[in-house]
Amino acid sequence: MSRIAQRFTQLREQGRTALIPFVTAGDPRPETTVPLMHAMVAAGVDLIELGVPFSDPMADGPVIQRATERALAHGVSLTDVLGMVSRFREQDSETPVVLMGYLNPIEVMGYESFSRQAQAAGVDGALIVDLPPEEGHDLVATMKAHTLDLVYLLAPTSTDARIRRIGEVASGFVYYVSVKGVTGAGNLDTDAVAEKVGTIKSLIKLPVGVGFGIRDAETAALVAQVADAVIVGSAIVSRIESLAETPELIPGSITDFLAGLRGAIDVVDD
Amino acid sequence: MATYADKSHAQRMESDPGALYDLPDAQGHFGPYGGLFVPETLMHPLEELRLAYERCKADPAFQAEMDADLRDYVGRPSPLYHAERWSRELGGAQIYLKREDLNHTGAHKVNNTIGQALLARRMGKTRIIAETGAGQHGVASATVAARLGLECVVYMGEVDVARQEANVYRMRLLGARVVPVTSGSRTLKDALNEAMRDWVTNIDNTFYIIGTVAGPHPYPMMVRDFQTVIGREARAQMLERTGRLPDALVACVGGGSNAIGLFYPFIDDREVAIYGIEAAGEGIATGHHAAPLTAGRPGVLHGNRTYLMEDDNGQIIETHSISAGLDYPGVGPEHSWLKDSGRAKYDAVTDDEALAAFHHLTRTEGIIPALESSHALAYAHKLAPTLRPDQSILVNLSGRGDKDMHTVASRDGLVL
Repeated sequence: MSRIAQRFTQLREQGRTALIPFVTAGDPRPETTVPLMHAMVAAGVDLIELGVPFSDPMADGPVIQRATERALAHGVSLTDVLGMVSRFREQDSETPVVLMGYLNPIEVMGYESFSRQAQAAGVDGALIVDLPPEEGHDLVATMKAHTLDLVYLLAPTSTDARIRRIGEVASGFVYYVSVKGVTGAGNLDTDAVAEKVGTIKSLIKLPVGVGFGIRDAETAALVAQVADAVIVGSAIVSRIESLAETPELIPGSITDFLAGLRGAIDVVDD
Repeated sequence: MATYADKSHAQRMESDPGALYDLPDAQGHFGPYGGLFVPETLMHPLEELRLAYERCKADPAFQAEMDADLRDYVGRPSPLYHAERWSRELGGAQIYLKREDLNHTGAHKVNNTIGQALLARRMGKTRIIAETGAGQHGVASATVAARLGLECVVYMGEVDVARQEANVYRMRLLGARVVPVTSGSRTLKDALNEAMRDWVTNIDNTFYIIGTVAGPHPYPMMVRDFQTVIGREARAQMLERTGRLPDALVACVGGGSNAIGLFYPFIDDREVAIYGIEAAGEGIATGHHAAPLTAGRPGVLHGNRTYLMEDDNGQIIETHSISAGLDYPGVGPEHSWLKDSGRAKYDAVTDDEALAAFHHLTRTEGIIPALESSHALAYAHKLAPTLRPDQSILVNLSGRGDKDMHTVASRDGLVL
């Protein structure tokens, strides 16, 4: 069983909802990321999504665009991100790590080379924003051969037929994009999310994470009522941005924020 | 890239050179290029767009409406002009210019925006968005939006807003909101990113009019289909005027919509040589250019797999061209396929060569070309003397140079 599947099985047995933070690797500096990952684990997160910087992040809002630009200013590449995961694994062999990014850096590295290096680094899966299942078969096959999960997005616009199809090829979990929009968008309609997540759960068996638009303990708690995982990105990244000039303060600030979310989610689970 | 390649078409073309060209396939692939590389939120809307487009394509009423607009509003057919004085001076082939510069709004762009705006209306969309580089596509989009009473938002890189002030003002006069894009390199590619972000957010009421033959399927096919009016007319005009097909076609390639519009109706005419001309900027060797087919390699950007300008880590690199309309790090996927299959040849000319051609045509024929089109003219200038006077070259004069007065003047140290 993959590390991701194992983690969701444990959570289900404990009746808990996963908390998944997203941070852009190398933001604001390359050396910030690994200590931040450990701090987030200490704050009670269950899985980490690590953003791979790409020059043209067309699905991201301004907050993550700026994080990407900060990381790219230090030349952070996919190879560097794999190195960060390797270093993280020196002290943590349990917390699953999923890379989130765009296809082109993987295309340039080559599917086989990427899969082999990611497995060796201790990566558990990848979510590639601009790779729908229609174009993903070659990469899915290569990643599966290296025991990597390919996590897919589902959206408010996904039809039942698409949800079923994605359920057949996705592994680990699926990531429901709760709003029509880019990362960091506002106005989460929790009733609409509950309805769509219900539909998704009736059609596929994988755990369902919900992200985009979750910014505080209140929205996290609302989403935790219906989802298997609460995914928080821009709200963390904007805190990192505000401390970009004093990176030594970042782990503490993010730990406090995540502890608040963790508490709110656990209240729901109890 | 061969591992991802769908070789079936290539193999068929090899075994039967007479086989008719019929790309893309049902999933939008031109061999290994093209396809649909977008976030999940856009997948169903793109499927709806494809179905709506296919219905319109088969609907005689839609085609009639489109034809009437192209005739009465755009002014088609555009003339075919024999540049006799220029041809004589070069002492080789006869050069014919397809006068897309005489279209309403001054370039070929309007052929496509007319089609997409009519489609938007049929789909019940009330708001259109567009990206623009030189501003020609933005103007053409704002124009059709004004005519159909649709709300229009145009995304334009901050750098391009500064170098194309006149077009920004034209768009505003036409009632469009021009949004300067400040992310990334602040040029056309970033405007495209921003338009995609708007579209994914406002998908219910918004139609995204992409201005070139790039983006996710069905855009490369749909924009090509709308632009092939150029090649269909030019092919008939050449036959009528000269009794035979041209020996060579030349068009500039940024995203490549004017080029594919000219080339497509000639692809099965094997005796016609096809040349697509990219922007070599300050020279290919300097790295300051916008020539992915000449000096790039395949990758995935803006919804399709195609030749790109990228670094060793897969990051898209900044491009340079004197012409804003060619300043793009990718290219339509069909051009990538035409390059690999050998059916078309791609080359690049520098800023200086394009400027020389700009001045040359202006003084010899009394036609002021767009800087984009000047790249095609510069190549024709090199090609013509290598051919005989009984041979002919058909150049797509894709736009007029009015918008470029400030750029050209500043090269001469003048401020207008």
